[in-house]
Amino acid sequence: MNRWAIKVLWRNMVVFKKTWLTNMTFYFIEPLLYLSAMGLGLGAFIGEINGTSYIRFIAPGIIASSAMWSASSESTYGSFVKMHYQKIYHAMVAAPLYIEEVVAGEILYAVFKAVIYGSIILLVITAFGLVSSAWALLTPFVLVLAGFVFALLGMIWTGLVPKIDSFSFFFTLVITPMFLFSGVFSPIDPFPGFVQAAAWFLPLYHVVVLLRSLASGDVGLFLLVHAGVLVLSIILLYPFPQRFMKKRLGL
Amino acid sequence: MLKPIVTAKNLTKTYGNIQAVKNIDFVIFPGQCFGILGPNGAGKTTTVAMLYCFLPLTTGKLEVLGMDVTRDQREIKKRLGIVPQENNLDQELTVIENLIIYAGYFDIKKSAAEKKALALLDFFNLMEKKDVDVEFLSGGMKRRLALARGLINSPEMLILDEPTTGLDPEARHIIWQHLRLLKQQGLTIVLTTHYLEEASQLCDQLFIIDQGVIIERGAPQELVEKHIGKSVVELELPVEKQQQVLENLRPEINGHQLLGSTLFLYINDEGRNLAGKLKQHPFISYQLQRPANLEDVFLKLTGKGLLNHE
Repeated sequence: MNRWAIKVLWRNMVVFKKTWLTNMTFYFIEPLLYLSAMGLGLGAFIGEINGTSYIRFIAPGIIASSAMWSASSESTYGSFVKMHYQKIYHAMVAAPLYIEEVVAGEILYAVFKAVIYGSIILLVITAFGLVSSAWALLTPFVLVLAGFVFALLGMIWTGLVPKIDSFSFFFTLVITPMFLFSGVFSPIDPFPGFVQAAAWFLPLYHVVVLLRSLASGDVGLFLLVHAGVLVLSIILLYPFPQRFMKKRLGL
Repeated sequence: MLKPIVTAKNLTKTYGNIQAVKNIDFVIFPGQCFGILGPNGAGKTTTVAMLYCFLPLTTGKLEVLGMDVTRDQREIKKRLGIVPQENNLDQELTVIENLIIYAGYFDIKKSAAEKKALALLDFFNLMEKKDVDVEFLSGGMKRRLALARGLINSPEMLILDEPTTGLDPEARHIIWQHLRLLKQQGLTIVLTTHYLEEASQLCDQLFIIDQGVIIERGAPQELVEKHIGKSVVELELPVEKQQQVLENLRPEINGHQLLGSTLFLYINDEGRNLAGKLKQHPFISYQLQRPANLEDVFLKLTGKGLLNHE
């Protein structure tokens, strides 16, 4: 992670500037569909959760899952296309960049996307009056952590899978379960004990707790534990994408 | 005596159990156009990828621009231009953006990069495509853009991996014209190719590599004269008659090579005596006399053709 990695990020931003509208629309509409369908439809039957209306309950979770989807799809499908089909990594490593810097730049770009897409959802739900605390201004910092965790997980997969089709395993076995069992749509209390324990190993769970607390203003020192878990995951995962990509490309 | 720009000693590259490059030595001098000629899978790409610090060496020593490739990679890469075998341009960016973004990887300031990019687009006749997305360019234009990108940092040595593979003849000649101009300007060029014509048109020095081993080296014309002579006569005749014809023609020829039902005869004169004798063999279904070339050298040294080799 250095100024050479920033060059890779910059290259990606130049491409992003051209395609942001299409990109944005895709990542923007889908979370809003979930929010309105679940929040308004299902919400009408559920009433309140812990004294909060259902739509207000799930709104911060939608920010979290939006960050997860955007960072993990950029670092899987997006990076794989650049690495395998477009041979962009090859071009960069033939220039004065090392593969570690290329991978770092790619991860930074996925983080950037997570922050952008998550923040847009934050703006939208704020406009709908679903955010009740100024603590929500800290949301982008949480999105940076979330972005790193999911970008690293995605890049690890990208460094290992033989074919682009193999990403469906990642999304079906890792991302979708995380989306469903991390407390986005309901508190995790009703799940059996082992699922609740397992949730602690799901990064999205910690992101959801953090964002929900910031949006409602129900903050406390316990949030540092959740942030700490995310930071620790980032530190533990960080070396692997670079190592796998280096091996994969034979460098 | 000039100092070499590349010195390779006992260079070896192994992938798993496969030795792609086996203990090769070579030296490249500044200002040369140096060719690496061989069939597909001979180890050409592996060799140049080690030159431009992309693939690590398995064993041996490789110095480029006086620096060790295992140590000073960034410094070496800053001073090289690379045109890889597969186009790896930024498909979603325009022609000019491709050059400017790539210049950034060399720490070239944007204003300087723009100036250099425009000069290169002019040189490669791409000016009118300046703001077109790369995906809309023809194959030949993409290659020229890849060449322009390889020159964006004003490199001391340009490395081209099969610069014209997959191009139509016209586009290929345009690339050759540009490479000749660059050569005249004194740029050191290293190119891999399996087109003998490309090697003989452009290269001052070359080596022929097959199955990871250098089997011959020298200047193209010298190699042709040394191994083959002036011309080659190709004959098509039934396999069982080949020995009989050879016995009869032996006094007139320098050497020969058999490839399936084709007999290649190497001669050093105009071939008049030979022509007379050939008339005695009515079962020869096809005959052609042509100047000897590098492909004949390759065929003689390896017993197989250059292009359609598995």
